[in-house]
Amino acid sequence: MQAPKWLNIERRPIPSGNTIFTVSILAIVAALVVAAIFFASYGISPFRAYGAILRGALGSWSGFSETLRRMIPLLLCGVGLTVAFRALFWNIGADGQLLLGTVAATWVALFSGLPDPLLLPVMFLAGFAAGALWGLIPAILKVKMGINDVITTLMMNYIAIYIVLYLIHGPWKGPSMRGFAYTDMFPQAARLPTIGHTHVHWPTLLMGLLIALLAYIMLNRTRTGFEIRVVGENPHAARYAGISEFKTVVTVMLISGGLAGFAGVGEVAGVHLRLLDPIQISMGYGYTAIIVAWLARKNPLGVIITSFFFGVLMAGGDVIKVNLGLPFQLINVFNGLIMFFLIGSEIFMRYKVTLRRR
Amino acid sequence: MVSSSSAHGTEMKTRTPAAEYAIELRGIVKRFPGVVANDGVNLKIRRGEIHCLLGENGAGKTTLMRILYGLYQPDEGEILLNGVPTKIHSPRDALTHRIGMVHQHFRLVPTLTVEENVILGLDEGTGPFLNLRKVRAKIQKIADAYGLPVDSQAKVWQLSVGQQQRVEIIKALYRDADILIMDEPTSVLTPQEVEQLFSTLRTLVNDGLTIIFITHKLDEVMEVSDRVTVLRKGRVVDTHPTAETDKATLARLMVGREVVFRLEKNPLHRGERLLEVTDLHALNDRGLPALRGVSFDLYEGEILGVAGVSGNGQKELAEVLTGLRRATRGRITLAGKDFTNRSAREIADMGVAHVPTERKMMGTVPNMSIKENLILKTYRKPPFSRGLFVDYHRAKENAKRLMQEYQILAPSEETAVKLLSGGNIQRVVLARELSGDPRLIIAAHPTYGLDVGATEQVRQILLEQRDRGAGVLLISEDLEEVMTLSDRIMVMFSGEVMGIVDAEGAKMEEIGLMMAGEKREEVKSASTEVA
Ligand SMILES: Nc1ncnc2c1ncn2[C@@H]1O[C@H](COP(=O)(O)OP(=O)(O)OP(=O)(O)O)[C@@H](O)[C@H]1O
Ligand SMILES: [Mg+2]
Repeated sequence: MQAPKWLNIERRPIPSGNTIFTVSILAIVAALVVAAIFFASYGISPFRAYGAILRGALGSWSGFSETLRRMIPLLLCGVGLTVAFRALFWNIGADGQLLLGTVAATWVALFSGLPDPLLLPVMFLAGFAAGALWGLIPAILKVKMGINDVITTLMMNYIAIYIVLYLIHGPWKGPSMRGFAYTDMFPQAARLPTIGHTHVHWPTLLMGLLIALLAYIMLNRTRTGFEIRVVGENPHAARYAGISEFKTVVTVMLISGGLAGFAGVGEVAGVHLRLLDPIQISMGYGYTAIIVAWLARKNPLGVIITSFFFGVLMAGGDVIKVNLGLPFQLINVFNGLIMFFLIGSEIFMRYKVTLRRR
Repeated sequence: MVSSSSAHGTEMKTRTPAAEYAIELRGIVKRFPGVVANDGVNLKIRRGEIHCLLGENGAGKTTLMRILYGLYQPDEGEILLNGVPTKIHSPRDALTHRIGMVHQHFRLVPTLTVEENVILGLDEGTGPFLNLRKVRAKIQKIADAYGLPVDSQAKVWQLSVGQQQRVEIIKALYRDADILIMDEPTSVLTPQEVEQLFSTLRTLVNDGLTIIFITHKLDEVMEVSDRVTVLRKGRVVDTHPTAETDKATLARLMVGREVVFRLEKNPLHRGERLLEVTDLHALNDRGLPALRGVSFDLYEGEILGVAGVSGNGQKELAEVLTGLRRATRGRITLAGKDFTNRSAREIADMGVAHVPTERKMMGTVPNMSIKENLILKTYRKPPFSRGLFVDYHRAKENAKRLMQEYQILAPSEETAVKLLSGGNIQRVVLARELSGDPRLIIAAHPTYGLDVGATEQVRQILLEQRDRGAGVLLISEDLEEVMTLSDRIMVMFSGEVMGIVDAEGAKMEEIGLMMAGEKREEVKSASTEVA
């Protein structure tokens, strides 16, 4: 691989905050430019499309609330993923962990028979536990048997999908749903309050913001955070310092899976109010959250911003579907492009690339 | 000096045939955030000479060489090659100007063979096929000409450090380097390997190559170089013909004041038996026996030196003792308590400090700050641990104190360790391991990469620890270091103890023989059995 004659490439050991910010913004811009081609290929002016997205997602209260609603699961999953990524555990399975959260919450809501005031708190606890358990399995497989984390977490997503499908088509199929594959609606006491008539279940949003802050403090100020960072930065040094990789990886996956589980509880208790088809519940939140965490450069506080950004994109996806008649999936093209350019831009963070002067 | 390149004078039009200086650096400035690594460096390297660069840790030697090799761009100043101003944009550029570099930390791919490593990045052969026969022949020719014996089909991970270095040199020569930069090539070599290297270097300059050689060892400077340049704090202090200078002068130029090297070694006050190792067996990374029945004792207030050619089980011994490798057989007790195969954490908590061989790979977390690296093992104990939290305020004070004490040169305690110079990284490891009154210190090559002053300081600290009552297991290939510091010397060969002798009155030849595998008769405790 040879650099062109007119470029200077110099290693930079540690990119500055400014560099990271600029490079990230440029990656997004590049993705927007390339995505414009797709709009054009549908015969729609990219300016009109982006205008519609922005107006749709931010220009009205209803659009904005849709953005916030999308942001909530991205925020919770994204924060969890930053924690896992910091320990170099590649959790691709937030989607499945989220779904397990919905299952646990649904069980509590419909079948536990708990007294009303206990329902919501126990749903969150159960959701966290279920997500954490789903995250725990790949963690143990990796540390104890050396099985690749990317593959196991990804595969566990599919298992989770089929568990939900089985439940809604089988034992949990709601008698009142006239043959549709849904569970019954949650009782009132198992529903989260929302802002006005929107889908913004604000308790989950608040919780997400708080958790982002706590995760930041945990990573940077606590002993556990210190251990997570050492394991992630140099596993050899971790062993040398007597830090248990097993304990650390289990901890991050309990947190990462648990937070995805929280997100699942929020979705069923705040938006759908019942368990339904996995595609309708998650719409790839767990995958998008990977990009959210990556764009935030594994910083939980950064996730607040990046999850909002992707909230805008997803809300915008609805808009282009309804207003412009384009497929919602076009948003996935965005996601892919942004990830592509983010990874491509790594070289600009690790190397200073300048034009040659003679 | 007649330039060998004058023969090709016509084909390289820009080359002044008789340029006296192969390289001239003029006013080179390189700034990093918070440091000026090179501050107006002027340096002339004659064609066909061995030129030593000398300077304290952090003086800017590596940075200067990286500029010459195209890894960094200077902020100011220019480079002249054979009298012609030249910009070197990349290592590939450096190669076209026939400059090669052997880095301090090697850059070979362990899973590839020697020949594959040598031709990595080159276009050898026709189309998609490699012409390995031609490659092998050329490697063989270089190896024979310059005394660099190597098995070109061996995988690199199977090679000793010294052999790997040969591969690095061959790699540069294969690319027709006629200027060879070597950054601290000797710090990882045994004395015999150093001699071999020097004879190779002499053959190379006889063939017209120019060599820049960085080292901290004044003896080596005196032995091998034609001229020597001393750097201090990013500036050139002076350039001297080696014949017209001496070690004391060089040391003074380097530090900027008179230096006296005198170690104060008090008489031995042996305390209780601290460490008892009986019939220890362990495997190496490849699953082959690395320790085969090692037995010895270590007392409080004593330094036990471990001598031996590297790769004879020293590394594995240190790892088993610190809980990083399992013993397959045998027993280790510390102050009477069995701690065979306990975890690294338990052992560290018993007061065992460990200066590992691989400072970058294992001893530090390069992306984390000096402050955090200094509490890598103590973060979980008071005063650095408070409840769930790490007390970073304390950590900062701790860092400030240790940076002062161990003279760690860095813009601040928040600086990432990977930005430090080689010697300063080693100081971070030493500061962490030697502070905090350990009972047992397992130190592998503790003065590796340190400048003259710091080397003396660290040796002094090891002696102080011994006088305080700590037991020290000193693993080093530097026989002189082992002889001056140790109370007893244990020689290892092929995973076995060849003998343990009193350092007082020990003879170099005797130790040399044991290092070559000759067992001493009156070995008391070492088991003779082979697994
Ligand atoms: N990439 C970098 N970013 C920031 N500072 C750097 C970088 N590289 C080197 N430095 C700093 O520049 C100074 C000179 O470093 P250099 O590695 O050239 O020293 P050196 O003379 O090779 O020392 P040593 O003998 O310890 O290897 C040091 O203070 C070091 O911390
Ligand atoms: Mg250096």
